[in-house]
Amino acid sequence: MIMMNTFTLTKSTKTTKTTDPIAFIRLGRILRRRRWVLVTGILSFLTLALCAAMLMLGNTIYPVRDVIAVLAGEDVKGASFAVGTIRLPRMLAGLFAGFAFGISGYIFQTMLRNPLANPNVIGITSGSSAAAVFCIIVLQSSKTVTSVVSVIAGLLTSLLIYILSRGHASFSIGRLILVGIGIQAMCNSMITYLMLIGEEHSLPAAVRWLTGSLNGVRMDELPSLIISCLILVPIICLLGRQLMMLELGEQAARSLGVRTDAVRVMLIVSAVILAAIATAITGPIASVAFLAGPIAVRLTGAGSANSIPAGLVGAVLVLAGDLVGQFAWTTKFPVGIITGIIGAPYLLFLLIKLNRRGDF
Amino acid sequence: MSFRKHVFQARDLVAGYDDRIILDHISLEIPSNQISVIIGANACGKSTLLKTLARIIKPKSGEILLDGQPIHKIPSKQLARVVGLLPQSPIVPEGITVADLVGRGRYPHQSMFGTWSRKDYEAVAEAMEIMRITDLANRPIDELSGGQRQRVWIAMALAQQTDILFLDEPTTYLDITYQIEILDMLTDLNRRYGTTIVMVLHDINLSARYADYLFAVRQGKLVAEGKPSEVITSELIKDVFGLDCTIIQDPISNSPSVVPIGRHHASGSIPAAIGGKVHVR
Repeated sequence: MIMMNTFTLTKSTKTTKTTDPIAFIRLGRILRRRRWVLVTGILSFLTLALCAAMLMLGNTIYPVRDVIAVLAGEDVKGASFAVGTIRLPRMLAGLFAGFAFGISGYIFQTMLRNPLANPNVIGITSGSSAAAVFCIIVLQSSKTVTSVVSVIAGLLTSLLIYILSRGHASFSIGRLILVGIGIQAMCNSMITYLMLIGEEHSLPAAVRWLTGSLNGVRMDELPSLIISCLILVPIICLLGRQLMMLELGEQAARSLGVRTDAVRVMLIVSAVILAAIATAITGPIASVAFLAGPIAVRLTGAGSANSIPAGLVGAVLVLAGDLVGQFAWTTKFPVGIITGIIGAPYLLFLLIKLNRRGDF
Repeated sequence: MSFRKHVFQARDLVAGYDDRIILDHISLEIPSNQISVIIGANACGKSTLLKTLARIIKPKSGEILLDGQPIHKIPSKQLARVVGLLPQSPIVPEGITVADLVGRGRYPHQSMFGTWSRKDYEAVAEAMEIMRITDLANRPIDELSGGQRQRVWIAMALAQQTDILFLDEPTTYLDITYQIEILDMLTDLNRRYGTTIVMVLHDINLSARYADYLFAVRQGKLVAEGKPSEVITSELIKDVFGLDCTIIQDPISNSPSVVPIGRHHASGSIPAAIGGKVHVR
């Protein structure tokens, strides 16, 4: 006699009954997949809408028709300068830097299995910032040199953090985060010192490295960010499944046939480069790398590869934050202030939660 | 029905951290299509031995051969289709459902994009059926009890469909009822598919009952191996665990069973001669 079990799947109002286990498993997967596609679609749409708003809104509001004309290369009186020279680079910087911060934060959080692990908290971006401020104030170097140096500094800082947090036999995530926070404090004190000795005319450029802002981004700064996104994001997506296996822990991942060391190195290097290059252009936009991953996972549901949704959430946060900062009050605020305000309570919430669970 | 046979050997394995030697020149061959259990006192190196065999720890010297080929030369995904491991404390990603987690066991069988084939669905459904968790398929793991979770993890290892399966203390932290349940399910697996099972267990009596073959480890050395009825003697238990005991016959399975002596509670007469039999009515 074959036992026929009935499996019941309840999804909000609908209840489905089936006796075939494969159909039951497939149904659940299809529903979860559908949610992922829906959420990613909505996020993409939202990102596009915000991009459009970034181009249309400003001191003068231009209609879609004019914006399209400018993008097509036509010369529209007034709009060509405002949209083409000021708003377009600002929008592109927000879009790509937001995406880069979001995806790189998600990689760190997932791989290290700790929501606190992200380029900001563990000090990678502070390394970039300190180097950039040093270039601006002490060396008075050009924007290009500053960018290159800050990317290299970001990579070196992360290498230093990794070396310092490697124990005798085991690698500890808690130690990595603590070392990162320590390095971050050192970088910040160096930044403060440089700001004190700096000459007045170089301070505004340096301040940008502390809050994160899309102000005054020029078109010629963007290629490095856009190209690295176009190269690294597909690589990260291809490694998405390996990342999901790493989430189960080192031993499980290895026994499933993942070459964990190689995958980890590729993911870390990609994430660090993205975070460092984005930081070189916009400064460390507070909390984006930290918020994007958890928001994306909460929206799509756990258990799927969430790199793309996390990147989209990052872009949405930066673009929306910048629009709010520009237009919500009579005073204009840089985007980093707005995202920082959103991030701070979440950080507190997380610390309390982790502390209760005894993780930290 | 004949099962696929594999020759899995370790030759002269040495492993350890820094200058501390944990495995001291161990050579062994895992009996194909049987259940083997590695026993030994705490910190004797049994878990390290299991992890080294399952390629989690790289040995300092010596080699591990699968069908005559050194395992580090076999591409990792290909090896993962033959040899699987259930770690002692795998990590549950927050919010993941049972079916998705079990499905991750299909990784070595899938292409780069990881779309599920008919075979993947069948393997997952079968693994969940063996571990009797099908009705939990679409539930988040966070909601399950410890015993249920352990069954989910084993189902993930089963979905990998390897001929050889290593398990690192699969029954630790479970109530006795669940321990028996898990060990019965693993025995089903071995009998039904001929899966070679190698595990570390803490409970010596359950090891003696469920194992076809035992490896006894003391201070990084393999001190005895063989069928439980041949290996388990009071001398060996004294040697491996430093425990005075008497061996009786388990009335249910007829396997040897260890009764510790201790300093208290001895009623005066230790049953017959040590190693003597206790009659079952």
